[in-house]
Amino acid sequence: MGMGAPHPETTVDPLGAGLLVTEETGVAPAGTGPAAKPRSMFRRGWEVFAENKLALVGLGFVIFIFLFSFVGPLIYKTQQTLVTLNDAYCAPNAHHLLGCDQLGYDIIGRLMVGGQNSLTVGLAAAFVACLFGSIYGAVSGFAGGIVDTLLMRLVDAMLSIPFIFVLIILAVLVHPSRLTMIGFIAIIYWPGPARLVRGETLSLRTREYVAAVKVAGGSSRRAVLRHVMPNAIGTIIVQATFAVADSILILASLGFIGFGIQEPQTDWGAMLSNGLNYLPLGYWWMIYPAGLMIIATVVAVNFVGDALRDAFETRLQRR
Amino acid sequence: MTGYIIRRVIQAIIVTLIVSIITFLLLHLVPGGEVRAILGIKASPEQIRVYSKEWGFDQPLYVQYGKWLWQLLHGNFGFDIKYNAPVSTLMITALPRTLVLAIIGTGVGLLIGVPLGIFQAVRRYSVVDHVVTGIGFVGYGSPTFFIGLMLIQWFAIDLHIFPAEAPQATSLGGILSDPIALVLPVATYAFVAFALWSRFMRSSVLDNIVQDYVRTARAKGASETRVLWGHIFRNSLITIVTLLGLQLPVVLAGSLFIEYVFNYPGMGLLFYNAALNTDIQLLLAITVLSTVLTIVGNLLADIGYAMLDPRVRYS
Repeated sequence: MGMGAPHPETTVDPLGAGLLVTEETGVAPAGTGPAAKPRSMFRRGWEVFAENKLALVGLGFVIFIFLFSFVGPLIYKTQQTLVTLNDAYCAPNAHHLLGCDQLGYDIIGRLMVGGQNSLTVGLAAAFVACLFGSIYGAVSGFAGGIVDTLLMRLVDAMLSIPFIFVLIILAVLVHPSRLTMIGFIAIIYWPGPARLVRGETLSLRTREYVAAVKVAGGSSRRAVLRHVMPNAIGTIIVQATFAVADSILILASLGFIGFGIQEPQTDWGAMLSNGLNYLPLGYWWMIYPAGLMIIATVVAVNFVGDALRDAFETRLQRR
Repeated sequence: MTGYIIRRVIQAIIVTLIVSIITFLLLHLVPGGEVRAILGIKASPEQIRVYSKEWGFDQPLYVQYGKWLWQLLHGNFGFDIKYNAPVSTLMITALPRTLVLAIIGTGVGLLIGVPLGIFQAVRRYSVVDHVVTGIGFVGYGSPTFFIGLMLIQWFAIDLHIFPAEAPQATSLGGILSDPIALVLPVATYAFVAFALWSRFMRSSVLDNIVQDYVRTARAKGASETRVLWGHIFRNSLITIVTLLGLQLPVVLAGSLFIEYVFNYPGMGLLFYNAALNTDIQLLLAITVLSTVLTIVGNLLADIGYAMLDPRVRYS
């Protein structure tokens, strides 16, 4: 499924697409290139990554959003706990550069608070989901047989339920907070990475070096944790990046229909939902900034994800 | 082929059962239990006890699940107390609405996305390719509801071209006879679908363009048109069919937001209101029904895949 098509000049040999990371780092004769160090895959990955202008823009923007959300409040100080009704609905002015919402909260300050929540939840949920999913998938693929069948039926089941329904049910059951949101999103997201890593594991387990672990008397656990997982790391990292973007979107969607992080905390989706009530009144500052923040952040993270995929794929084909 | 279909059907049934168990258990974790959700927070312990006994809520969960499943197999989704109507009646009115909108929206998205994707792949790195890729990035970076909101803001509030609400008619005929009101919700669907499918189609065609059979076709003197439509396009469609099946949960999730934004009384809105009311029967029924739809969709996609592609005949 090569969604990120390789650059034409690097498409040397279609068969090369099947090559895997360790085959070259582990088996390649010494002195074939400058990169003979074992951990160099990340460095060479970075070189390919850095050639991609869009990816650098995306990465730059992600860093900017982080600074904006977490460092911003120290510089641009706003009242985000007490209601200031005098400022309610105020249009952008010298004191409030992007205006205020119906409770008098400064929109920029609100974007920062929302950004903290969106980014924290996005990163944490993606991390938990990918960590659990990867281990689950690797174990399932490595075990094979009946264990694999059983474990994968659960994944099939999870992937068949329209995820938003499960999320809403969970939000009805447990009061939504930042922590529970991370859990909810991880719960519905892990099956994707699990299936992907299982597929990777199925192809990795037949490799000689994994078979060699068994011959040398290593345990299955060792084979999975020390040999299969590190070789699937490229796939996992790419998947995790997209997971961050998806989690931010999911959190925004839940916030939008009121099942997300609750007042006085907020996230970008909840801000939009709030602005929806004032749509006919033309209070554009209550809608556009939050919406653009979501789109820009998600697009930026996706740029990074695409470039990472190219980096991990073309690197294999180039050398 | 028959054996493959039978095995897939059995798998699908098992998956459906697992889903129904997960959902059932999940919904019975409701704080205070289902009875409290029905009787309200002011119900006395005595009332709860009597009601539980009368309606079988005091039985072990697996008995309750068994009964529920048995009724379900007879087409009985239970009775909804909040709406004072059978759950199946509620769903029968809502489901066609959702399907109509989803099918039209996805169809329009495919009609735009697939040809564009092919064009992008054939003219790779052209201006059109970059522009469409850029729009696509925005398309799947945008939350569905935000696109809907923007369309309402621009076309309903600012320009007064289309109404902000989707058709409110109760019958399918009524909905289809109000095409003006359908435009914005369909456009929202289509924009999201277009972003996705142009991207899928582009990469699918690019994957196929370098294959040996394409070179063979060219070597045999087939015209570019024939190579593209007769060989590359047909092979690319195989991927698209599978992905179409896998996209079903996404489509159903998207319809919840589109129905919410455009106040369209389909399954999504029904589910949303059920969640606000902690209407457990309805939440359970909609989740299971949409999962079954997804599974059937995937099954059809898999069978279609096996029929389209003679190389795929799982033994």
